[in-house]
Amino acid sequence: MLARRIIPCLDVRNGRVVKGQQFQNIVDVDDPVALGRRYSAEGADELVFYDITASAEDRQISLNFVADVARELNIPFCVGGGVRTLDDITTILRKGADKVSVNSGAIANPDLINAGAKRFGSQCIVLSIDVKQQDGKYYVYQNGGRKNTGLDAIEWAVEGVRRGAGELVINSMNFDGMKQGFDIELLKLITSRVNVPVIASGGAGSIEDFIELGQQTDVDGYLAASVFHYRTIDIADLKQELAKNDIPVRLEVSA
Amino acid sequence: MIAIIDYKVGNLASVKRGFDRVGLDTTLVSDPHHLKNADCVILPGVGAFPDAMNDLVEKGFVPAIRDFVNTGKPLIGICLGMQLLFDSSTEFGSTPGLSLIPGTVEELDVKLKIPHMGWNDLTIRQDDPAIRKITTGEYVYFVHSFYAKTDPKYIVADTSYGVSVPAIVRNNNVIGMQFHPEKSGDVGLRLLQTIKEMIR
Repeated sequence: MLARRIIPCLDVRNGRVVKGQQFQNIVDVDDPVALGRRYSAEGADELVFYDITASAEDRQISLNFVADVARELNIPFCVGGGVRTLDDITTILRKGADKVSVNSGAIANPDLINAGAKRFGSQCIVLSIDVKQQDGKYYVYQNGGRKNTGLDAIEWAVEGVRRGAGELVINSMNFDGMKQGFDIELLKLITSRVNVPVIASGGAGSIEDFIELGQQTDVDGYLAASVFHYRTIDIADLKQELAKNDIPVRLEVSA
Repeated sequence: MIAIIDYKVGNLASVKRGFDRVGLDTTLVSDPHHLKNADCVILPGVGAFPDAMNDLVEKGFVPAIRDFVNTGKPLIGICLGMQLLFDSSTEFGSTPGLSLIPGTVEELDVKLKIPHMGWNDLTIRQDDPAIRKITTGEYVYFVHSFYAKTDPKYIVADTSYGVSVPAIVRNNNVIGMQFHPEKSGDVGLRLLQTIKEMIR
């Protein structure tokens, strides 16, 4: 049976992993390869790296970490952050990433999704959406969650899949960093409308939050950052608890 | 020499890195004549069946691969490379394959998300040296929308995704893996180690 994926997310700036809360208060944490290796050993099913390096020039250098991760790790990983052109997608995949995540670049130029999927296949193109609920409506935010695009998040998700996105990452900005659980209502809305894997992001605080997500939705991947970085939750423990609650996860088979 | 067939598909580097990790030195081969010197040939591949098959035909690899298989030395197809081992595929019409394992490649017609992407567990269907370091219930990483339909006698291991999906297939010295061993963590590493030991 296809396993639900546990996906630690690592924000990278100038080649270093950093972590903030609700898109603010950024502090230095670790080296991408070292942290990636630790997660892989603990049972992470996949990794997501978002490069949040400010300038495009600096990002070219920062992205050298992608080749290091590809060489050192043997689980799939996705890279995003500042991806605006087909060249950006090509660069990241050539460095060895399995998938590329697009966000603001796809809002500015939706054809980027079509172009990426046509060249490399839908399985490589992940559409990441920052969603904020306001006055009962779900809006798409961009530029790291600073600007409301006015786009309806559900419709944008559907359009992204129609254009060729093979996977969606749905980040609830209202829930991100609050450690009060995932945005189940939003995730149910999205999964009922698309037929590609959906990754839930934002709000993980405890193992119970993941169990609730697994029991109430058919979301494919559970993404979180700080609870894994700061070892609030041990990935191996988390997967054991999910398995006990009949949520399919990849566990080591004892020989 | 361990040859990885270089025919411009996307995941060559990834497959090469996988073998690097088990200490197996591989050579990218874009000239079919060089397969004569190989002790083992790896056929990687991601993307569409017709494009990949066209590239193999244009570069003159098809007769060279057949000659290599006749030596009895191992040929390993990975992901799309595994699908190419069969007689034909229905991806974008009907395209003939390498016909090294009897069977066809067809679209996954299931009421589940497509592609079949993620970690799924293997069921071992028959004892085989290729899987001696893995057991039923272990997970490997799949990304595909088409799957092989073949006689059970060629299926070493399968997984379940609405239908039985052949995961490891074998016809004598021709072996195929539908998943990505190079992306399948420790289980993948053990499979690659087994391949390494088969070559010696």
